[in-house]
Amino acid sequence: MPEKPKVPGLFKGLGVTLGILKDTVVDGANTVQYPHEKEAPPVRARGVIALHEDNCTACMLCARSCPDWCIYIEGHKQLAPPRRAGGKPRQVNHLDRFDIDYALCMYCGICVEVCPFDALFWSPEYEYSEPKIADLLHDKEKLGEWMETVPEAPELEAGAQKK
Amino acid sequence: MMQLAVTQLGIEIPYWGQSLLRVLGGLVAVLLPAGTIVYLFLFKMMSFMQSRLGPMEAGPYGSLQLVAEVGKWMQKEDLAPEAADKSIFKIAPLVVLLSTFLLVVVIPFGPDALFTDFEVGIFYGLAVASVSVLGILIAGWASANKYSLLGGLRAAGQLIAYELPMVLATIGVVIQAGSMNLQNIVVAQNTGEIFGWGGIGNPYIFTQFIGFLIFMIAVQAELTQAPFDMPIAESELVSGYMTEYSGFRFLIFFIAEFATAGVFALIASVLFLGGWGIPFDWFGWTTIDSVDNWMNIVGPLIMFTKMLVLTFIIMWVRFSFPRFREDQLQTFAWKVLIPLALANTALTAILKVVF
Repeated sequence: MPEKPKVPGLFKGLGVTLGILKDTVVDGANTVQYPHEKEAPPVRARGVIALHEDNCTACMLCARSCPDWCIYIEGHKQLAPPRRAGGKPRQVNHLDRFDIDYALCMYCGICVEVCPFDALFWSPEYEYSEPKIADLLHDKEKLGEWMETVPEAPELEAGAQKK
Repeated sequence: MMQLAVTQLGIEIPYWGQSLLRVLGGLVAVLLPAGTIVYLFLFKMMSFMQSRLGPMEAGPYGSLQLVAEVGKWMQKEDLAPEAADKSIFKIAPLVVLLSTFLLVVVIPFGPDALFTDFEVGIFYGLAVASVSVLGILIAGWASANKYSLLGGLRAAGQLIAYELPMVLATIGVVIQAGSMNLQNIVVAQNTGEIFGWGGIGNPYIFTQFIGFLIFMIAVQAELTQAPFDMPIAESELVSGYMTEYSGFRFLIFFIAEFATAGVFALIASVLFLGGWGIPFDWFGWTTIDSVDNWMNIVGPLIMFTKMLVLTFIIMWVRFSFPRFREDQLQTFAWKVLIPLALANTALTAILKVVF
């Protein structure tokens, strides 16, 4: 392979910036003009946490594992009809309040990891800024609405064990 | 400018009118290049070199961004630190901007379009260019802030070190043209010949190429643009001598920085690129008096174009290279540029005598 002619580093550096200038003029910039056009975040991006309320048992694991203490849960015990005819009524936890304060949340995702009942999900949605900081406290209705934006779980790898 | 109006158009302008025109002309000559440089190069070219678009919201393609920025700076509070030497702190940016305005005075933009016709124009220009060192030094010292002080001292050391190669680089041109008058230097370049061929005159960039290189490097350092931005090294000195300035006074520093870039580019184009002139042979002119009047309109445009080309190079280098260390910076000036400039001067002098 013939050796390339040596270019002094100074001129090489100038060439790099000029090359990028040319690329930007010809192909456009790498950046996105945000309010006019939106960037599609990756499917697994950590945008906002969604709550699937039916799965939640108010076990408090997420609230206790949260490093910022930004999850507020209140619940009460109540009797539910028996599963089989003739059985005893079951005692279940009913969720009264489930709030996540996104002003405190640091998006570590421990709550999603720790939830044993698949009640919390990551959603890539990121546009929920508010003029007032108190409005960043999302209640369980709002957290439930985020469920619509949660992408489908990806296919398991071939050979993966499903429990 | 004034002679043109009086002699060609037959209009009598009173002295106050002439002064007013001069002031307006000076403002245009300083602020127009500064604004163009900031928008075209600082906002747009830098962004494109980093694969982004730069300001796009204010006006079409962000063209009014500068207006918005100026508006923002004007509303900010004019703060001065408690321990600062208030009066000196406040005049420092004005001193820096003043040197730019004093500098633009000697630049000829056309056969009659000039502010003053100093016999020792380039000598005066280099002298007032160093006034900005004073402004920067007192800004650094009066701020009562160790970052500012360090930045000011670094700036003083750097500007003094790079003033010398700049002066020595211009001496080559002065020797070749046989005059310190910028107008005469322009005429000498446009009536000159390269080995008997006068097709493009004799812009000194050919004969004084080393001088041109040294001059442009020195200009880069005088403007404290990267890679010579040790005085305002933001990663170690916050913002150097500008650290404590806010609002309007910071704006003045900012304008001065880019206006000086434009003015130095204008001076470089006068010294090395033939200034406002086009080779006099093309239109059968022989002396400055026989140059047609329309050059007073075309001349400034030619100057502006050359200024843009040179500032493009200055900004291109600025956006490409990382910063020199302080000792590298001083070594480069004293051990490389100054000996080289001295050798260039000596060589030019010898060749001038021989030929």
